[in-house]
Amino acid sequence: MLTIDNLHARVGQQSILKGLNLQIKPGEVHAIMGPNGAGKSTLSYLLSGRDGYEVEGGSVQFMDDDLLEMEVEDRARHGLFLAFQYPVEIPGVSNMEFMKESVNAIREQRGEEPLSAAEFLKKAKEACKQVQLPLDFLKRGVNEGFSGGEKKRNEIMQMILLEPKLCILDESDSGLDIDALQVVASGVNSQRNSERSFLVITHYQRLLDYIKPDFVHILANGKIVKSGDASLALKVEKEGYAFLGIEATEEASS
Amino acid sequence: MTEQIDQALSRKYEAGFVSDIESETFAAGLDEDVIRRISAMKNEPEWMLEWRLRAYHSWLKMEEPEWAHLHYPKIDYQAISYYSAPKSMKDKPKSLDEVDPELLRVYEKLGIPVHEQEVLAGVAVDMVFDSVSVATTFREKLKEAGVIFCPISEAIQNYPELVKKYLGSVVPRSDNYFAALNSAVFTDGSFVYIPKGVRCPMELSTYFRINEQNTGQFERTLIVADEGSYVSYLEGCTAPQRDENQLHAAVVELVAMDDAKIKYSTVQNWYPGDEDGKGGIYNFVTKRGICHTNAHISWTQVETGSAVTWKYPSCVLKGDNSVGEFYSVALTRGRQQADTGTKMIHLGKNTRSTIISKGISAGRSNNSYRGLVHMGPKADGARNFTECDSLLIGDRCGAHTFPYIESRNPTAKVEHEATTSKVSEDQLFLCKQRGLDAEKAVSMIVNGFCKEVFKELPMEFAVEAGKLLEISLEGSVG
Repeated sequence: MLTIDNLHARVGQQSILKGLNLQIKPGEVHAIMGPNGAGKSTLSYLLSGRDGYEVEGGSVQFMDDDLLEMEVEDRARHGLFLAFQYPVEIPGVSNMEFMKESVNAIREQRGEEPLSAAEFLKKAKEACKQVQLPLDFLKRGVNEGFSGGEKKRNEIMQMILLEPKLCILDESDSGLDIDALQVVASGVNSQRNSERSFLVITHYQRLLDYIKPDFVHILANGKIVKSGDASLALKVEKEGYAFLGIEATEEASS
Repeated sequence: MTEQIDQALSRKYEAGFVSDIESETFAAGLDEDVIRRISAMKNEPEWMLEWRLRAYHSWLKMEEPEWAHLHYPKIDYQAISYYSAPKSMKDKPKSLDEVDPELLRVYEKLGIPVHEQEVLAGVAVDMVFDSVSVATTFREKLKEAGVIFCPISEAIQNYPELVKKYLGSVVPRSDNYFAALNSAVFTDGSFVYIPKGVRCPMELSTYFRINEQNTGQFERTLIVADEGSYVSYLEGCTAPQRDENQLHAAVVELVAMDDAKIKYSTVQNWYPGDEDGKGGIYNFVTKRGICHTNAHISWTQVETGSAVTWKYPSCVLKGDNSVGEFYSVALTRGRQQADTGTKMIHLGKNTRSTIISKGISAGRSNNSYRGLVHMGPKADGARNFTECDSLLIGDRCGAHTFPYIESRNPTAKVEHEATTSKVSEDQLFLCKQRGLDAEKAVSMIVNGFCKEVFKELPMEFAVEAGKLLEISLEGSVG
């Protein structure tokens, strides 16, 4: 699904990723943890293709393609989905309109017919229920006036509708109360299957109680310094990162 | 095909028949004689000529206004031809079948499917090609309801009393430089009269176009809604590419008698000029309506065209409890300049007005909102709410807001809200991450920004307006 090989990247003059390696196979759930400034968000933006992140070396293979050569929208159309840490508002554009365009752009890429308004509405309503958002959220502007928790649930709703191949969740648990966290987690779990992979970026082990990872990686100073199974997250939770000999680097942007 | 049309249109009139559209065009220049000739061409009564000449003499004494935030080369009024009419119009067609097919093809090329509109939308289309109305449809159906909808040149012949009473009653002959010029040389336009208590059975629509090089367009529209009546009027226009700047100075007057309501919607898409702003239309428009007791006038405009726009659709809220509304989307790109807004003149008690203005600037354009809210001494309890939002695309364009508020009544309330925002990187990134390309993303964000205004437009117009924005924004990303 995804192979990251010796990836080096910087933001401005600051090197953030310094030789990152990671391989994700279809159906696997990988969690990435790490102290502030380790490069977690940089990794998610780099994979999704945001401007301002410069690759200095290494490669990223996404299925059959060289991911780093692809435009942002092409990555999305080929099945890469990023659930944003801070979803932005798009005033006046209804959630429904936005997601319908999005779903149909991705369907077009797959060589499928666009969904009719009625077909889309049916799917959207189901997705809405799955993340426990009232149906009127479909009519509201994208993230317009949503609470933090509602925004995160809205991201998961989009993920459900878009049926991506690789889902990157960038701190989807931040700012959530326990109920909202469970809703988000069950939305994610409902989408797990043998084809779909997940990269879950989080600060806290708590999320991993609900989304059970196959692998846990600790990212520090731009590298994966330790990998293991779910128990690694529990150990970090208990002992902090100190046992790995890591201290948070303050100057790096997260 | 296009070349043939262009050739035909740029050809000078020669005696005899040719298969393409010909025009009878006056030589450039303006003097009393030109006005007399226009009036004679139209077979106008003496009082109309008199009216025009008075306007002309006022105009001669006036100065072209310079207060707007617009920069354009000095207009040489003697270099403009003041009359142009499609030749085949001497014998007026009774139906579209009789209309020059060449003309209809030009319309179709511009995406104005006249036939479709007639059948599907039930819209009566008063087509204006250059200066003379070509075809007026659905006249019969309107007649049944007692509605008069015809070219103003015809109204001058057939309904002189109505025209005499209301022409210039809202926008006086010497109101401003461009209105005075229009009053002197206007060639045609629409006239609408809705009798007492009648709800006009269909939306009335006029498509204006400029098609003759170097010919100023001086449209004159007069709409009178008698007591308790209702009418919705749609005005839309597109224009083909031109090399030289074209002057357009229209006047629109609306009269809403007691308890009447007029809804006036415009989609304006004049040629904006090339990337350097060369060749676009100069659009100087005076639009104003007067509201009598309990009357209601609503202006909705979507402005995407013209090199220069100078336009302030206004309401004089004379009668108690009358209501004025102005909903506007103005999009500028390339080197376009727009100075547009409204005036809400509150004279009567408990008068109310709402102004929603959405300005979008892209490229190296400049977009200004200029609005006056005036509360007169007798306007007890009057209220205004203004919302004025600007959206910037890129970093070389400008958005400006010039609100004027005058309150002479302590019980009047005026609210003004203004915002300026940019299409943000974050928004674009979100859209792209969801599979949308940059152009689609910007058009979606801009359409969302305009939603409050679009929802005021009649359905089919709103769809058209959305498409127009999308087309207009092509290439403005990156």
